[in-house]
Amino acid sequence: MSTLSVRGLDAGYGDFQALFGAGLDLASGETVALVGANGAGKTTLLSAIAGALRPWAGAITVDGTDITALPDYQRARAGVVLVPEGRRLFGSLTVEENILIPVTGRGAGPWPLEALYELFPIVAARRSHRAALLSGGEQQAVAIARALAANPAVLLLDEVSLGLAPAVVDTFYGVLPRIQASGVSILLVEQDIDRALAASSRVVCLLEGRVALAGDSASLDPGALIAAYFGSAAGPGADPVVRA
Amino acid sequence: MTWVNDVLQGIFLGGAYALTAVGLSLMFGVMRLVNLAHGDLAVCGTYLVTTVMAALGVPLWAALLVMLPLAFCAGALLQLLLFDRALRAGPVAPLLVTFGLSVMIENLLQQVYSANTRGVPAGSLDVAALHAGGLVVPWLSALKLILALVVIGGLSALLRLTAWGRRVRATSDDVAVARLQGIRVRPLFASVTGIALGAAALAGTLNSVTTGVDPALGALTLIFAFEAVIIGGLGSLWGTLLGGMLLGVTQVVVAQVSVPYATLASQLLFLAVLAVRPTGLLGAAQAG
Amino acid sequence: MATGRPGKPLASVAAPPRPAAAGVPVSRWSRAATVTTAAAGAALVLLAAAPYLVGAGVTQPLVTLFLLVSMAVLWNLLAGYAGMLSFGQQAYLGIGAYAVYLVSKGGVSPFAAIGGGAVACAVAAVPIFALLRRLTGGYFAVATWVIAECLFLYVTNQQWIGGATGVGLQQLSSMSPVLRQAYTYWAALVVMAVCVAGVYLLVRSRFGLDSRAVHDEPAAAAAMGVEVGRTRWIGYVLAAAGAGAVGGVLIVSTLYTDPGTVFSVNYSADMLFMVVIGGLGTMEGPVIGAVIFFAVQQEFASYGAWYLVAIGAVAVTVVLTAPGGLWGLAARRGWSLLPVGYTVLPGAASRPPEPPVLARGDDPPEPPDAPGRVPSSRGQGAPPATRGGTDATRGGTDE
Repeated sequence: MSTLSVRGLDAGYGDFQALFGAGLDLASGETVALVGANGAGKTTLLSAIAGALRPWAGAITVDGTDITALPDYQRARAGVVLVPEGRRLFGSLTVEENILIPVTGRGAGPWPLEALYELFPIVAARRSHRAALLSGGEQQAVAIARALAANPAVLLLDEVSLGLAPAVVDTFYGVLPRIQASGVSILLVEQDIDRALAASSRVVCLLEGRVALAGDSASLDPGALIAAYFGSAAGPGADPVVRA
Repeated sequence: MTWVNDVLQGIFLGGAYALTAVGLSLMFGVMRLVNLAHGDLAVCGTYLVTTVMAALGVPLWAALLVMLPLAFCAGALLQLLLFDRALRAGPVAPLLVTFGLSVMIENLLQQVYSANTRGVPAGSLDVAALHAGGLVVPWLSALKLILALVVIGGLSALLRLTAWGRRVRATSDDVAVARLQGIRVRPLFASVTGIALGAAALAGTLNSVTTGVDPALGALTLIFAFEAVIIGGLGSLWGTLLGGMLLGVTQVVVAQVSVPYATLASQLLFLAVLAVRPTGLLGAAQAG
Repeated sequence: MATGRPGKPLASVAAPPRPAAAGVPVSRWSRAATVTTAAAGAALVLLAAAPYLVGAGVTQPLVTLFLLVSMAVLWNLLAGYAGMLSFGQQAYLGIGAYAVYLVSKGGVSPFAAIGGGAVACAVAAVPIFALLRRLTGGYFAVATWVIAECLFLYVTNQQWIGGATGVGLQQLSSMSPVLRQAYTYWAALVVMAVCVAGVYLLVRSRFGLDSRAVHDEPAAAAAMGVEVGRTRWIGYVLAAAGAGAVGGVLIVSTLYTDPGTVFSVNYSADMLFMVVIGGLGTMEGPVIGAVIFFAVQQEFASYGAWYLVAIGAVAVTVVLTAPGGLWGLAARRGWSLLPVGYTVLPGAASRPPEPPVLARGDDPPEPPDAPGRVPSSRGQGAPPATRGGTDATRGGTDE
């Protein structure tokens, strides 16, 4: 049974539809990379899974339980935690307060405060500082720590490298294996394809709201990925779903 | 020596304004809701106290003890049933709804209690004063300042030290992300509004002890409360205290020169702050 | 929406095709509008003849109705079109009334002085708006209220204009009551006609389009070259002038005014109720709201303030359940008697149907948005916070 299962998701904003029947599976402890061009629907998909956006159709299941109807504030308790694009920390709270915020319904989990400080020393060093005063990289670490503090079954990471210096991004990807080792399933949205493939076991590529490709990261045909990422010259909707 | 006395009176008056304003400040800081019915709700609470006193034959402090939990519940209900919906309905809706509510309350009070001023008997508290070396400190005025300090200090402590306070601050920073972290925002807002109304009703009652209460008092109460919040700066409870002080001192000092223009002077101070520094003296940087 | 297919060079970034230039016929009028304006014109003529046909028992209440319509239409210009919620228009009612008193003391006929009241308010509005111009939302609203309160406090303490007791208009005491009531009636009718026609033409004009753009998205409007400050300023000054004229008619009608009455925020409450119930942001709405308010007031005022409680409850309910007001419900079906927008005529376009870019007729925003807010593709309605308080999906367009 997959930890996370998404089927036939239609979602959008107002009159504009951003997802057309999107679907994917996340096995327990697996890391899946979600890639695609700007506007492909990656953040929309994560938002729908996290409950920030109500889908028009489709089903989202976590550990066999249908959570599609659950409101956003109960998704964290259900084990689905989002690290939003742009960090979105609580600026007036201290770093430590940010990490203490999440409400989890799944017990303490493998990430008590001390473990998080040990995982991110830089967060420990700034624990009493107001979150708004931190640098981008530090904020990113706090955002991930905050998410882990909720003891997620499914961790949704939206563009964690966005706007960060490469060295900082290296640090994050250096730490990622330890997060993965704790058994959490991760859906990783990442613009940097190489990093995404290296960090994941499978990859899903979205194109204009549809899943254009799904396959193993290790054995992926680069040509197929390019075709799925950019689409072919025939126009939108004309591309067959490519399975690598 | 009289100017010291005047400044002291102004500070006490400021304490009264601050106590009235703290609920408004809290609601705006947490929910970005300008509750234009705040003044009328304070007046409503005052009327409730007088009714309890008359019906049960109890002294003021006992009636207050009865009324405060009622005010809290009323605030929570208002939030759940009305203000939540108004907040979701767009930027203009909360103003229209709270203003409409204030008109409803004022006219309702007028129908039920008549437009005449109604006394709020407080026994000896009304006139008891401390005389010390030329200074006159009425106990009632001092009490308002003390309560303002207690309420503001207590709220600040709650916000800074408790898990509830942490969640309130997080929600006021970013509602959407707070929800994603599992925070239940609706009960949180309800508790905030409950506290706001409790403080407002307490302030309204104490302020009416010497002057009595009438239905039209709500509008002026709101204006002074709003001004204290703005002058002090949004998002800052201590700023509201400072704002109240400035209003009070201005009013008392100008009254020494010309009584009729005392109130006008405070209004002009407010307009001046609005023109020069809309974020207020201690406020977080957020434009109108 | 993706601006181009990734990996393919974008076509030259030209401005979107203008319908008129492409030959697609666009209409600003309709048959219903013709009928309405013709009917309004006929009604105006009929109403003008009223003093010859009916007695003061009819014309006096009509004066009240005309002034209510004027106030509603002006308040809607500010709140519904220009996006400025004002709880301080009573300041200009008062300035207008006192201006008429002062001018007529100098020998001018009070009826002519009404125009002077309007001018005085326009002049006063300039420095007042300088104070208000950086404010929005609740700040603006309460600031306007405070300004009215300041005027009240000032006038109450000025004995040369009557102080708290007020002033009486002596100049008309020599005129026969029948004639005075007729002139008052016509003055009110003229003020209403000018306000309604003026606001309508204004909203249909360039100014109207600019102010609605500013109302919805000030930053975007400014980026398109709309002078945001100037647009708001014009709207504010004109609304003030109109309110001044209304104030002038008020004092002429009652022959007396005092600061407690004329500077009362109750006028703002009435304006809010009329416009909200009738339909915020539409031309027809305020008129309908004023008529309803007038009827309720006439019928139920004798029972005391209960009718205000009831109207308040209705207004609050309307804001939460049907933000477009009564006319909004009709406009959703495409009804429009006084169109202010642009409509592409059916059958003319060879392009595939798209959601209308500009408001069709003058529909209020689609449900479930708030009064005066255009539906955006930004997802569910957000709390009013500006610091990150909207949906996480706000950043979710993957742009």
